[in-house]
Amino acid sequence: MNRTTDITAAQAKESHLRSLFVSGLAGDAAAYRQFLAELGAHLRGFLRRRLQSDSADIEDLVQETLLAVHNGRHTYRPEEPLTAWIHAIARYKLTDYFRARSRHDALNDPLDDALELLAAPDLEPAQARRDLGKLLDQLPDRQRLPIMHVKLEGLSVTETAKLTGLSESAVKVGVHRGLKALAAKIRGTR
Amino acid sequence: MKTDDFISLLASGVEPVARHAVPKRFSIAVLIGAVGATLVMMMALGIRRDLAEVAVTPIFWVKVALPLCLMIGSLWMTTRLARPGGTTGGSGWAVAAPIVAVWVAAVYVLMAAPDGARLAIVLGKTWRVCPLAIAMLSIPGLIAVFWALRGLAPTRPVLTGAAGGLLAGSTATLAYCLHCPEMGIPFWGAWYLLGMLVPTVVGALLGPRLLRW
Repeated sequence: MNRTTDITAAQAKESHLRSLFVSGLAGDAAAYRQFLAELGAHLRGFLRRRLQSDSADIEDLVQETLLAVHNGRHTYRPEEPLTAWIHAIARYKLTDYFRARSRHDALNDPLDDALELLAAPDLEPAQARRDLGKLLDQLPDRQRLPIMHVKLEGLSVTETAKLTGLSESAVKVGVHRGLKALAAKIRGTR
Repeated sequence: MKTDDFISLLASGVEPVARHAVPKRFSIAVLIGAVGATLVMMMALGIRRDLAEVAVTPIFWVKVALPLCLMIGSLWMTTRLARPGGTTGGSGWAVAAPIVAVWVAAVYVLMAAPDGARLAIVLGKTWRVCPLAIAMLSIPGLIAVFWALRGLAPTRPVLTGAAGGLLAGSTATLAYCLHCPEMGIPFWGAWYLLGMLVPTVVGALLGPRLLRW
């Protein structure tokens, strides 16, 4: 494709996303939802080109970035390009991910695995820990309560916020972070 | 959770976002820093007795200008860095200019002074307590600035922490000027800057820990 048409297409996309986002900032939930959905697709492509890892990691990172855009939306200035602002957030989250993974890899040196095998037997089967209730109990209240009310009981975010005394934003963050923490516990990584 | 469900969750019940969030948070932080430093200065150190007399001399306002210019420069720098992808831009010059100016003036004063008197001019009478007092007075501002930054989204935590620390330090020095009896430019160039360097370094060290999001 021609470079000029690339730039024109990017500019059209920028102004389209920007108008959705600005409406969202003014409180238009439908426009905001559409903005997040389209942004999610862009982010998925952006991250897939930069990560060789499995798609679950990419999807985690897409959600983490969307959450960061949502939580930081008051730092956007209408006169600056939306793309540059989002790009900075996505890069920040990507760097964070690389840093966390390199730390994780360093702590889990696969070379020691052979000797570890017979070192300390653990007689308790891992499945016993997969009990959802037990796992939920390990989460802090700010994650456990939003998951229980929103995901298990099917209440709305607003109802959960009223019930728990948390802000709506905190409920959303709690569901997201809590589900990630649960998934990590089930995989046994933390 | 599926990303689509997650998006619905994020978009449900969104309210209009308050505009000018960055200036608002920093106005509050600077106000807390200035009032906090002034109160601690008045209680622990006391306002200098001859303030009314020196306040009419130009040299007193030159002295006030140093922390004031640094405060404006670091405020500009911190607010720029508080947003995703923020760079220092021209604010680096705004911070460097008052430092260069005070050092040039200090060198001029020292060159003009007689040989034996130079060390005494730099040390003044209060060099032992000055940097420590400025660092102490900057604590309320440092807490307030980090509160402001934690509600925003800086992507360069070390630099942002340092700029925020300098903002707290220069605000504290402004309050300290109402106490400090030293009127020698070389003294300010050495000990005021050293005092402001303390919260700046503390900010740079705390940045990566406290400003993650």
